[in-house]
Amino acid sequence: MSVTEAAPPARAAGTAAPSRFRVSWQVLLLGLFGLLVLLSVARVLTGANDITSGGTFGAALGLAVPIGLAALGGLWSERAGVVNIGLEGMMIFGTWFGAWGALQFSSPWAGVIAGLIGGALGGLLHAIATVTFGVDHIISGVAITMLGQGVTQYLSKLVFEGMPGGGETQSPRVPAPERVSIPGIGEPLQTLEAKGWFLLSDVAGLLRGLTQNVSLLTIVAILLVPLSYWLLWRTAFGLRLRSCGERPVAAESLGVNVYFYKYVAVIVSGALAGLGGAFLSLVAAGIYREGQTGGRGFIGLAAMIFGNWRPGGLAGGAALFGFTDALQLRQGGVSVHALLLVIVLLLVAFAIYQAVRHRHVRAAVISAACALAVFVVFAVTDTVPDQFTSFTPHLATLLVLSLASQRLRMPAADGVPYRRGQAS
Amino acid sequence: MKPAVELRGITKRFPGVVANKNIELSVAAGHVHAIVGENGAGKSTLMKILYGMLRPDEGEIRVNGEKVIFHSPADAIAAGIGMVHQHFMLADNLTVLENVILGSEPRRMFGIDFAAARRRIKEISETYGLGVDPDALVEDIGVGERQRVEILKVLYRGARILILDEPTAVLVPQEVEELFRNLRSLVEQGLTIIFISHKLDEVLSVADAITVIRRGETVANVSPKEVTARRLAELMVGSELPSPQTGESTVTDEVALEVSGLSLSKDGRPLLSGIDLRIRKGEVVGIAGVEGNGQAELVEAIMGMRPIDSGTIRLLGEDITHWPTLRRRERGIAYIPEDRHRHGLLLDAPLWENRILGHQTRRPNVKGFWIDRAGARRDTQRIVERYDVRTPGIDVAASALSGGNQQKLIVGREMSGDPVVLIAAHPTRGVDVGAQAAIWDHLREARANGLAVLLISADLDELIGLSDTLKVILRGRLVAEFDPARVTPDELGSAMTGAQEVA
Amino acid sequence: MTGFVDRLLGRVPLNGVLAIVAPLLAVLFAALVTSVVLVVTGNPPVDTLLLMAEYGMRPRTLVLTINQATTFYLSAVAVAIGFRMNLFNIGVDGQYRLAALVAAAVGGAVVLPAPLHIALIVVVAVLVGALWAAIAGILKVTRGVSEVISTIMLNAIATGLGAWLLTQWAVPISGSNNIGTRPIPESGRFPGFELIPGTTQQVFGFIIVAALVGVGFHVMLNHTRFGFELRATGQSEPAAVASGVNVKRMVVLTMIISGGTAGLVGMPQLLGHSYTYSLDFPAGLGFTGIAIALLGRNHPVGIVFASLLWAFLDNSAQILDLEAIPKEIVTIMQGTIVLSVIVAYELAHRYSQVALQRRVGRELGEVKA
Repeated sequence: MSVTEAAPPARAAGTAAPSRFRVSWQVLLLGLFGLLVLLSVARVLTGANDITSGGTFGAALGLAVPIGLAALGGLWSERAGVVNIGLEGMMIFGTWFGAWGALQFSSPWAGVIAGLIGGALGGLLHAIATVTFGVDHIISGVAITMLGQGVTQYLSKLVFEGMPGGGETQSPRVPAPERVSIPGIGEPLQTLEAKGWFLLSDVAGLLRGLTQNVSLLTIVAILLVPLSYWLLWRTAFGLRLRSCGERPVAAESLGVNVYFYKYVAVIVSGALAGLGGAFLSLVAAGIYREGQTGGRGFIGLAAMIFGNWRPGGLAGGAALFGFTDALQLRQGGVSVHALLLVIVLLLVAFAIYQAVRHRHVRAAVISAACALAVFVVFAVTDTVPDQFTSFTPHLATLLVLSLASQRLRMPAADGVPYRRGQAS
Repeated sequence: MKPAVELRGITKRFPGVVANKNIELSVAAGHVHAIVGENGAGKSTLMKILYGMLRPDEGEIRVNGEKVIFHSPADAIAAGIGMVHQHFMLADNLTVLENVILGSEPRRMFGIDFAAARRRIKEISETYGLGVDPDALVEDIGVGERQRVEILKVLYRGARILILDEPTAVLVPQEVEELFRNLRSLVEQGLTIIFISHKLDEVLSVADAITVIRRGETVANVSPKEVTARRLAELMVGSELPSPQTGESTVTDEVALEVSGLSLSKDGRPLLSGIDLRIRKGEVVGIAGVEGNGQAELVEAIMGMRPIDSGTIRLLGEDITHWPTLRRRERGIAYIPEDRHRHGLLLDAPLWENRILGHQTRRPNVKGFWIDRAGARRDTQRIVERYDVRTPGIDVAASALSGGNQQKLIVGREMSGDPVVLIAAHPTRGVDVGAQAAIWDHLREARANGLAVLLISADLDELIGLSDTLKVILRGRLVAEFDPARVTPDELGSAMTGAQEVA
Repeated sequence: MTGFVDRLLGRVPLNGVLAIVAPLLAVLFAALVTSVVLVVTGNPPVDTLLLMAEYGMRPRTLVLTINQATTFYLSAVAVAIGFRMNLFNIGVDGQYRLAALVAAAVGGAVVLPAPLHIALIVVVAVLVGALWAAIAGILKVTRGVSEVISTIMLNAIATGLGAWLLTQWAVPISGSNNIGTRPIPESGRFPGFELIPGTTQQVFGFIIVAALVGVGFHVMLNHTRFGFELRATGQSEPAAVASGVNVKRMVVLTMIISGGTAGLVGMPQLLGHSYTYSLDFPAGLGFTGIAIALLGRNHPVGIVFASLLWAFLDNSAQILDLEAIPKEIVTIMQGTIVLSVIVAYELAHRYSQVALQRRVGRELGEVKA
């Protein structure tokens, strides 16, 4: 008698589920507070006052936005099962079209819309290649990034070269969206900050950075995070989109048009990346410059992975990378040097955690050895050379991924090309 | 009364193949109607057509007397037809509730009305005795419960006609009883059930009417009262049934493979505990068990594909516990994997390259670190001839062969090189009857020549028929041992689910 | 069932005619798109393309094309080695620059008899490239970090590290604001030779090494056990594991070989033209290598043609500046070629798959359901 094919393996009844990496609110807040304490300690010990200044936190917020938007874009796409390495390219479109739109219509918000559309077009291209033609997601993404660079170079030559203040690699100055502040507390916070008191001044700096002189676009970007959560986890649209990334055959068998949702997801993903790009040219720099994105599209992806494909997590990741980016841009050498001390403390804490909680002696020893190595570098040098600070965010990305990658859970059908009628 | 479902003259063609030819089917309302046929007969294609996943080339479908055309599953769902797939269509990462409402979500002003969904699911679950927890993550629930979730999915959408595709493939006899109880209660509420299976005794016990399909055509429409399992089987196959038989014992005294105290766990969860196993030359040890009780892990541990926590593995007396997979293979362990497409073949590579797979350090495939193409090709030709692999040539990609021929190639490959031990995991799964008989013959022959075989299978007939010793694995432990000549499917089933009282 | 990647990345034979038709169609399509862009921006399409073709065929341009193709070839092979194993080594860019910098510094600092001097420089370059790539490989097998992201990050780190090293080791180059490593003396220079009549411009001698690398790539891939295991792992990792391949070891080894080959990318330029690593050493060759590897389907011979095509496009674009046509048009064309080629390969494969099924079905007369 012939035999049938087996059903996919299911856990034997009664066995427990594997532990999932879910961080509760309390742990998260505690962790953030702990980080602030570490920073404060480092500041006091090294005298690098800028690492917790309002200026730095403000800059960090500003730099976190493009990374966060790219990460959000990655989230939308990957939750529908499409890996989007082309975020960088879509971001590049966003920077260019953002500047162009603002100049063309003499309004920063027109630039925002243009940047959004530019990114969305990139997303559309990626969607066509991956969803309709079944091209490998990563290859398509790399191709679009290359295309983004080429097209914007070409367009700059055509459009910006003739304009006053513009050239073949940059645009003239562009108008920026308004900035707002919470009134009344700016002055007192600044005073508190200047006192240099342990922890209190640092908190003051954090608050000042977050509430003063914040661009309206930043606020929009921040609001997009809970909006994305609500859309993806609380609406029918979001459930169907996520099912396409988890088990598209199941979705198809229930009448969900998988192609449609993937298209929408990838186009939205491109739009978000484009928005991030527009932010870079309109708000962060006030000008379009070739190469402005500096790999932030990829760092955004790292933030998304760090955030375990959830909006809250990726916001945290973006904040982290934004912070390191801010440090290196402002007082560069001195601040990053102080950051080394923070890394030493974190590695020591990690080593202790591994040894005590998990009894992974080898991991603990390696972490301790790394801590020692970093400490030696810290002690021996006064400052970090500019060339090194330039890759601080990238190195941070690498470190974070190395430490965190293994406990994360990506959407089950992520990166898997899908063709209709695959259900067996 | 009009039949619930009528299929008239359904024909469906694929490149090179006619899957359904002029199918005639009439399902009465309130009946459990079984469709039987062997693998490759065309049942799945037919059901996909009925469910709207495929369009027929010719013929018409009538539901409750009215002609319908389905462009997609959504149309079928709207017509009251629900499909419970053989391979569950559930997203592990989502909750039961999310899986059930997907595509038919109850809306509130802003977003999904989760409360309403939960209420309705609980209601259906209670009415039909399904016992499903809406907030559990699908990943965490067992096979039987997943199937009930699938049933709930279709009931949630107001299905009055349910199609179940090989529902008992993953269940043990006790769970099958429970499923049939659920089905009878559904039928009492006026639903119609179409039931696809090849397990004839189950079909006879639960169906009200039976349709037999063979080679894409309707062969017979019978009532279970008028027919025996034997007769049904003959209708299905069209000729004498092959049945596995051991013949005389060829078991020797020499122990080929010995596993002692094997334990392994993952994330703190024990997957195998204290496995003790001894396979002698010329012996087939069969291991029965519901999927997910540690069989796959045992196989991987013996092959060296998975690290173990404790225990030893000895091959011909040599301790191979810490040897890498390649070395174990070189020393004489052959492996027929459960999922040949994933673990056994390079689908887009030509057959002669597939012959090298798993044997890339030995003659005739390799000379030193160079690949001996001529040698590999010659040997592949030999295997194709000896094991009757039907293929236009050895340069054809493996994906072009049918499942049975692919498996014959794998069997031939693994038997070359004089293995000492053969690990055969579901060796005839998804294989047509002819190939299955051939593979059994080869296994028996090798066994007579002194090969030690570890046989893992879900086909109780295969296990009973081929094994010299039969063991049962449950939750990572070997819990029972039976004499295959004397054991009954009920005893086996009890041991497999742990329902037995005595060890 | 295998995925698109296997068909694209040359892990699957694409029979005869289709293997050539597909990229040809893609190139034509890209030319069409480029023409449209030209028309839209007010440039005559046919004239522009003819102008490029004419300029590209001049002897001097031909030599430059061949030289650049040599560099491209090495980069593409480095990428292709990874691709065949489903590893995306996007870090070729950082690997080759760091390797060239260190090798140039070493080369400029010592004096050895001629063949040894060159050999030393090359060995250093290969080692540095291999080491840098190994970091990504090790992170992947030990910590599960995607090599796509880690290699991109390592590129940025290599840029910064390289910039710093340059400031430590460099000397000013007379007559400009440029700084570079100590120039490599005569004994470390790879002699070129005249190949194309009508010009005194020499072809890089390193082309011989590139050819050897190509041959080695082919032999390794198709005739050695390592190559078999590499391809098997790339086609189906589970099958490779079941057949005894140590996947972790393969990943690291493949990254090392890929990185080592990447280290060679800067050598034609370094040993045949500039003899120093300076601020304006060519950059971005890593990404070009990716495009060319895709175009050539990761096949040693296919990549030859793809490299030549790419270099031809790059060089013939030089004339456009003089005619006030933005030479970025070529970048657009190249980008479009990449996208359309991968689509073309997929479509070609789907067609041949259906044809194959029909043929087998007919020949065996079996019923499949």
